[in-house]
Amino acid sequence: MLLIQCPYCDDALPELEFAYAGEAHIDRPQDPSALSDEEWRDFLFIRSNVKGVHAERWRHINGCGRFFNALRDTVSDRFVTSYKAGEPRPDTSGKEPAQ
Amino acid sequence: MNAPVTSFDAVSVAVLPPVARFNLRIAPADLAVASRIFGLTLPAKIGEGARNGDRAAYCIGPDEWLLHAAEVDQSAIMSGFDTARAETPHSITVLSDREIIIGITGPAAIDLLSTCCPLDLSRMAVGHAKRTVFDYAQVVLIRDGDDAFRLEVWRSFFPHVHGLLEIGVRELAIGL
Ligand SMILES: [Zn+2]
Repeated sequence: MLLIQCPYCDDALPELEFAYAGEAHIDRPQDPSALSDEEWRDFLFIRSNVKGVHAERWRHINGCGRFFNALRDTVSDRFVTSYKAGEPRPDTSGKEPAQ
Repeated sequence: MNAPVTSFDAVSVAVLPPVARFNLRIAPADLAVASRIFGLTLPAKIGEGARNGDRAAYCIGPDEWLLHAAEVDQSAIMSGFDTARAETPHSITVLSDREIIIGITGPAAIDLLSTCCPLDLSRMAVGHAKRTVFDYAQVVLIRDGDDAFRLEVWRSFFPHVHGLLEIGVRELAIGL
């Protein structure tokens, strides 16, 4: 079974306890009414769809309940790292994915 | 409710008596206040538990605790927290009737739980508790001893979870 590291529980726990919640680091616009229709469409729907290391939100819904972020390789499905919500995306350039 | 009891030598499943149960959300910095009101030092780390007599506290999230007490103490505990609310913001919710507790004991307890729970239960320390899943039903699992667990199940999930445990006991009993 795929194990996911929860940065709040500080433990690697079964995937069944987690829910995927889309791409990470997409900030809600400060002033939505100032946006053009195209910019609002991009905020709502346009995602990077990375082939490789992807920053994404997860929720430990059947555990501590917290949302957090993780870097996962979308080709190998291997998790590189996970980090608490609000923290910047870690620089993992040149680092091998965690086993 | 008729308390169904299922057992054979290696594992038994029993419905346990109800307790007063609370969900507490409070800033970790205010944990000492909650500990003083509840009369038990609340554990600070997710998964850990503390127990003294009929009071127990389990940390199940970064700012979330599951509290157990005797049913007769429920309203006194609530008014204790109510009094502190103006100074120390928090949320406390009574869940006493939401859950049913199932006790699972015996040398095959882990084998039985592992039929439907994805956790590696051999890594779970005695006295700890975790919110997890049991065949898609969210549960809280408490480990009381090497061979003793309690499963807290929402009332509406109980027939499903208890039914699966009964099947598991029968399968273990005939050596499957
Ligand atoms: Zn967690």
